[in-house]
Amino acid sequence: MSSPAMAVDKQKVLDENDHILEVSDLKKHFPISSGIVFQRQVGAVRAVDGVSFNVVRGETLGLVGESGCGKSTTGRTILQLYRPTEGSVKFEGQELSTMTGNDLRQMRRRMQIIFQDPFASLNPRMTVGSIVSEPLQIHNMYANKKERQQYVEQLMERVGLNPYFINRYPHEFSGGQRQRIGIARALALQPSFIVADEPISALDVSIQAQVVNLMEELQDELGLTYLFIAHDLSMVRHICDRVAVMYLGKIVELGPVDEVYDNPQHPYTQALLSAVPVPDPVVEEDRQRIIISGDLPNPSNPPTGCNFNTRCPVAFDLCYQEPDPPLIEVRPKHFVSCHRVT
Amino acid sequence: MSTLLDVKDLVVRFYTQEGTVYAVNGVSFELEEGETLGIVGESGSGKSVSSLALMGLIPSPPGKVESGTVMFEGRDLLTLKPDQMRLIRGKEIAMIFQDPMTSLNPVLTIGTQITESLKLHEGMNTSQSRKRAADLLDLVGIPDAYRRLDDYPHQFSGGMRQRVMIAMGLSCNPKLLIADEPTTALDVTIQAQIIELVKQLKDEFNMAMIWITHDLGVVAGIADRIQVMYGGRIMESGTSHEVFRDSRHPYTVGLLGSLPRLDSSGEEKLTQIEGSPPDMRNEPAGCPFAPRCDVREYLQLEKCWDQRPPLESVPDVDGGSMHIMSCWADIREGVLENV
Repeated sequence: MSSPAMAVDKQKVLDENDHILEVSDLKKHFPISSGIVFQRQVGAVRAVDGVSFNVVRGETLGLVGESGCGKSTTGRTILQLYRPTEGSVKFEGQELSTMTGNDLRQMRRRMQIIFQDPFASLNPRMTVGSIVSEPLQIHNMYANKKERQQYVEQLMERVGLNPYFINRYPHEFSGGQRQRIGIARALALQPSFIVADEPISALDVSIQAQVVNLMEELQDELGLTYLFIAHDLSMVRHICDRVAVMYLGKIVELGPVDEVYDNPQHPYTQALLSAVPVPDPVVEEDRQRIIISGDLPNPSNPPTGCNFNTRCPVAFDLCYQEPDPPLIEVRPKHFVSCHRVT
Repeated sequence: MSTLLDVKDLVVRFYTQEGTVYAVNGVSFELEEGETLGIVGESGSGKSVSSLALMGLIPSPPGKVESGTVMFEGRDLLTLKPDQMRLIRGKEIAMIFQDPMTSLNPVLTIGTQITESLKLHEGMNTSQSRKRAADLLDLVGIPDAYRRLDDYPHQFSGGMRQRVMIAMGLSCNPKLLIADEPTTALDVTIQAQIIELVKQLKDEFNMAMIWITHDLGVVAGIADRIQVMYGGRIMESGTSHEVFRDSRHPYTVGLLGSLPRLDSSGEEKLTQIEGSPPDMRNEPAGCPFAPRCDVREYLQLEKCWDQRPPLESVPDVDGGSMHIMSCWADIREGVLENV
């Protein structure tokens, strides 16, 4: 498993100008059509509506937000599992949004995904061995069957699965073990970048720490870069180096985790962080909650002005007239999109 | 305050084709009037099944309440006939379920569903019950309540549906409200809204409440007392201060250690509990946590495997404390540092 190509990076020294991924003004709109015979488009769900950020090689960038804010769509659009409506995605310097066919398939060796639901994302009719080795077959790696099996066994061992279970089916494993299978599959092609789409939210509390620790070990060992999509803000603080907060298809705040968590600038981030319960009664007694009223607006019909103005406790005239301002650096490396702040 | 609910030695099993599932294996607890009890556990720990059992809602077959008593205001709920139980369910004890999408009937209006229990238990007529239903919706923060009585569940968002469920639960002023993961399906900002609402209504109605959850953070803020369950048994129970700040059971300690904290930067590695939750198809002879327990391994305790530890007061605790746990080991005096 440990080939010399995978540099060991224990200290996590990051070169901030070494961007493995550059996303600029990415949009993904899903059409809403109407009519039985002649379908015509009557609107669009603006799932991702102009998102720009960079990912530094070796870091973990967290993407947080509530359900429906477009965080999963962003992850999938980056990997070109959905083709973007607009905008550019540059991975290791190469533009993905215009790439097709074999070129794109070659790029997929370098970027992989771990899915949320380990019960739905593994084919129940395939054995663990064939699930993990399928990417190898597609990309013609380890053509020798015996070598391939050895490699799969090494992978299983690395993610904490007994290689003895190589011929078992997914239903014979628990949720945490299935997620390990999903991780082994993602690692099979030795990618440099992994989108982890809520990898722990379907797991029991005592199992979550196991999977997170495994992901951290693998990052140290293999120098992986993660885009960690989650709604568990406590876990994001633990695992991520930087965090981007999304609301209704846009990034409202972006910065190093400790900076954003200790000094949230956007009213949505402030409300989101204050809503997360802490497992400590003493802390809970003293906490001041910012309760924001109402629900997420419909992404096919976002409010005029700033997206957050329907729920914002500090909105003023400008917020209803002007669309949300671009991300502005308010403190070192800490970006916010809010009329109040700028 | 007097005791409202007294559960003793509750045992629930499910007889399925794949074998017997030992869901609840001897659970005893009490609840005072107006008290909030948080029951915490992972999936399969028996937390939901034990509360369904005291509501008489275990599907039978395959389920069966094997033994135990559930005393509620002087009556044993487990011995009541179905029609007697029906008079209590919804009136004296109400329940809110996890998923507001599936626990409301999609083909009936919200008004019909709320007024049903008012007509049944309070003997109200249609106009009285509609007025009361609108008041309830108003109380749980649904704007334009009277008009919305004629809306169907799909016209409400997830958070609003959970508010409707709460309004239904409160409709007959129950003495006890059981909330089974009421905020798990909701986003954190909506969860905060619901928790705030429930806290406020609980004082207003002076209800006792059982809040079942897997999220230790949620109960830290609302529960007077916490009960940690694992493998169909109670592992530790006490005030939230005792359970969170002076945990004595290795499982509670492990669970708290495996949680990252929002209020501190996560430099150190999370302590993980090895292994996976028990297969409930095997009746555990000893402590259900024994196979995953670091403390047992360190202290080389053999009896954990075949003798069930009793649920007793933790050693060296003030008189009058309710802090109890079920463990053979005493984890004080440096045991944890060595594990």
